[in-house]
Amino acid sequence: MSITKNNLILYIGILIFGVSAPFIFPAFKVQLSILCVLIVLATTWNIQGGEMGYNSFGNILFYGLGMYLCASVQVGMFFPLAEWTESGGEKTFVHTPAQFFQGMAVGLIVAAVIPAIVAGLIGYSILGLRGHYFAICTLGLGVAAGEISGGIEIIGAGQGFTTPPFPDVGSLDSRGEFFYFLSFFVLVLTFIAVRGIYSTRFKLILNAIRDNEDKAEAMGIETMKYKIVGWMISAFFCGLAGGIMGGLVGYIDSTDVAFDGREMGVFMVLMAILGGKGTLWGPIIGATVFHIFKEGFWTFFLGWQYVALGVLIVVIVIYFPEGIMGWLREKYPERFGEVVDEKDRKAQVELK
Amino acid sequence: MDFMVFQYPMISVQACLDGVLLGILFALIAYGMALQWGVMNIINIAQGDLVILGGYIAYFMYLYGIHPAWGVIVAPVVMYFVGIAIYKLVINKVVDRDLFISILATFGISILFMQLMNFAFGADVVLANSDYGTTMLFNNNVVLPNSKIFSAFISILFAICLVIYMKKSKLGRAIRATAQNARAAKILGVDTEKVYAATFGINAALCGVAGALISITFTIHPYMGLPYTIRSFMIVIVAGLGNLPGVAMSGMGLGVFEEFADYILGTEFRIGSVFLLLVLILVYRRFKLSRKREYLK
Repeated sequence: MSITKNNLILYIGILIFGVSAPFIFPAFKVQLSILCVLIVLATTWNIQGGEMGYNSFGNILFYGLGMYLCASVQVGMFFPLAEWTESGGEKTFVHTPAQFFQGMAVGLIVAAVIPAIVAGLIGYSILGLRGHYFAICTLGLGVAAGEISGGIEIIGAGQGFTTPPFPDVGSLDSRGEFFYFLSFFVLVLTFIAVRGIYSTRFKLILNAIRDNEDKAEAMGIETMKYKIVGWMISAFFCGLAGGIMGGLVGYIDSTDVAFDGREMGVFMVLMAILGGKGTLWGPIIGATVFHIFKEGFWTFFLGWQYVALGVLIVVIVIYFPEGIMGWLREKYPERFGEVVDEKDRKAQVELK
Repeated sequence: MDFMVFQYPMISVQACLDGVLLGILFALIAYGMALQWGVMNIINIAQGDLVILGGYIAYFMYLYGIHPAWGVIVAPVVMYFVGIAIYKLVINKVVDRDLFISILATFGISILFMQLMNFAFGADVVLANSDYGTTMLFNNNVVLPNSKIFSAFISILFAICLVIYMKKSKLGRAIRATAQNARAAKILGVDTEKVYAATFGINAALCGVAGALISITFTIHPYMGLPYTIRSFMIVIVAGLGNLPGVAMSGMGLGVFEEFADYILGTEFRIGSVFLLLVLILVYRRFKLSRKREYLK
């Protein structure tokens, strides 16, 4: 998959838009950063959900893990962690700007690497499960992580964990800009990585696993190895997204923010399905549409958001299982480089 | 960590008895799940929310001055129609699709129910007080609320009735035939659509009974549904589909496990330990099955 001229213009356009967005819409900086995080989550879910066919509800595990790790490292590098969480909202320790950014950088690296390692460690046992057993098992993992982290004292247990507040550097807007550019940077990084992966043999192997794992194994592919690597890549970016989200929200609660299987855990699946599983652009479009819909609904019908979410899930799953990209593909197959045989098409229409 | 359990044997006895009585309730819910899984090949994530909804029916009767034990009769009737409605609106569109689609669709129903119950009944933890008193055993060392004994008795009664109904009645035979081979049943004149609707309705009714009993014995809360789903899923995969004694046994086993986890690890880890146990069981199952696959190689 080489970059054509049209694509190049598209990418440059998106990049310019991305960089200038916080100055065009200064009031929506936080929303735009959340959008970036959502796109990262949907895109990485798609690596093993869409391409590999392993529908996981448990990527929230890596997201929450990254969130806690980033915040703990950021605090723990300079101050005693236990006293920090004990003091709760009243801050006895204050990060200087240098400490804050150093902590954030190290924290994000840890938040990305450790979840990937965790995915590698549990991958061998969990990825051996097939189909719905995998789905339920990962659902269980996500909820168990939330319940257990809600009982650990050093990271705030039930009362939550306040992440270090943004230091006072210059103007008031700097916090929003910092988090927006950080998340946009991670988004670009994710996109480049995922696009790179999708242009290699690795993606074909993942697709082979999705289409028929036993046959793929019979063809001599060590499916387990590739499944684990796929999940690790997914976990890496999930952890990174979680770390940013922790700083952005400013407060981590075990079941409501970090391991929020009922919200974020379902959102990533839903966004990928809405946009179209198993495509590069599907999750990105899905996440954007979903975020706009969600924010509109959350603002105007406060309180009914979960009702709307439930209905939305049912409607999407039943009526649009192929997503927006799947619908476009059916409508304009030529655009996707598929050669349509006119005779064949007519014959099919007659059959109907 | 608390090791009182090992120092005072009476606490172990208490935990075992509590666990068995609780486990019978779990088994009833799991039986409903096994039924719909076996017949329709659907995993219903909203199972636990149906249970909680049944509990709220009993709680409402209690609020209006009717004894909540009557909920055991009212809840299944109401829930049967709720189940049929869910089937007609959603489930019949996902029956012969991919299992993941059904999981996700029922997840949506679960979120919807959670929030609607939250609106309708508020986010408080409630219980329908039955005033049944308690029974003391072993020199007053073991305390058993009579409501727990009552609920276990009622669950066993319902399970037995259902088993007999499945064996003897025409619909029961049609359900079993559809579970064995839906296509063959269709050819032989079974209206599978009706059978599916009835199965889902019966499952919802069972959830209603269990929920009414739970609201009498324990507490209910709009967001407490998912653990019940996971428990019943776990019981079904340990026992296997269509293995009724197995469902009863593993239900009780799970109840006892939970009570001990509660004593040893502390209440805050109770739900977490259930979910971890699910993961462990699935992983164990995976290694056992992969050994079988090695043989085939």
